[in-house]
Amino acid sequence: MDKSSENNRHVYWNPYFGGFLLGLLIIFTFYMTGRGLGASGAMKSSVVTLVDKVSHEHTINNAYYSKFVKDDESPMNTWLVFESLGVLAGAFISGSLSGRIGFRVQHSPKITSRRRLVFALFGGILFGLGAQIARGCTSGAALSGMAVLSTGGFITMLAIFGTAYLFAYFFRKNWI
Amino acid sequence: MGPLIPNGILTNEWNIIIAVLIGLAFGFILEASGFSSSRKLAGVFYGYDFAVLKVFFTAAVVSVIGLYYMDYLGWIDMGMLYVHPTYLWAAIIGGAIMGVGFVAGGFCPGTSLCAVAIGKLDAWVYVFGIMLGVFIFSEAYSVLEGLYNGSFLGNITLVDSFDIPANYIIFGVTIIALVAFFVSDIVRKRIKKVFY
Repeated sequence: MDKSSENNRHVYWNPYFGGFLLGLLIIFTFYMTGRGLGASGAMKSSVVTLVDKVSHEHTINNAYYSKFVKDDESPMNTWLVFESLGVLAGAFISGSLSGRIGFRVQHSPKITSRRRLVFALFGGILFGLGAQIARGCTSGAALSGMAVLSTGGFITMLAIFGTAYLFAYFFRKNWI
Repeated sequence: MGPLIPNGILTNEWNIIIAVLIGLAFGFILEASGFSSSRKLAGVFYGYDFAVLKVFFTAAVVSVIGLYYMDYLGWIDMGMLYVHPTYLWAAIIGGAIMGVGFVAGGFCPGTSLCAVAIGKLDAWVYVFGIMLGVFIFSEAYSVLEGLYNGSFLGNITLVDSFDIPANYIIFGVTIIALVAFFVSDIVRKRIKKVFY
């Protein structure tokens, strides 16, 4: 790797520039599709598909899975799954251009990677659970909700960031 | 005019192509803004990096001003846009659980996908965790159904909730965002730098 990309690895866009482009993208998304962005929806579709593969009987008998299982098509055939495939590709392109690609576990030097992975798993479980209860995550509920002044979107945003600040003290060793 | 696909101006087949293109832009913007780094994301909770706050609120303000302005110009019909429904307690409790997950895991679902794409193994574990969380919710749905479907207030907006016109609300949100940007820069100068 040449020296310039080594130095640029942690140089990111100005946050206001990134935010401005993201705002334009949300406008474009609503203008085209009438809906906002999302992320956790694709993971839900993946879970529904996996469970459906293991036991179709179980998915049709479960009141939640059955909402997303259709007889004639795969539960993966949703807008958010295609959008998320785009997210993976887009992030890969951006990471490639800046030399940020590589398998590693990122963590504070004060903790072990094992501890980082345990907390990542635990945090993911909570986020997955919470995103189902609130019908969307930071993208689908909070950001896309706020773009159309949805009351639920604002409440979810305040609950996410408010609680994260409240609990930040207990997880400080992982980050600072 | 807009939204184009619900109004039948573009056919439904375009939906999938547009989904991939929008996703591409979304992933690129998030990764280029540094959202594939959990340590950068977590900075917002400890005051050493406010990129999350700045990107998130800039995007919210730009999008809400843009959409309402396009509605005013007659380019888009706000009434046809999907408004995220308000289930009061589900939004609060679900949001609170996500908040703990955010500060424990250092990602949210969208950002974790970006980190997965550039090979962060902690993000792979995080996404696996999200899928486990979805699985737990689905299996426990009979217990959580009351919370999930309860306290439904409709697809309401802040205009309905506070009964004040949208332009005042948007102006207020913009002022709050600008104050938050200003305060975050002051806080960051006082907090010990964290290198990551």
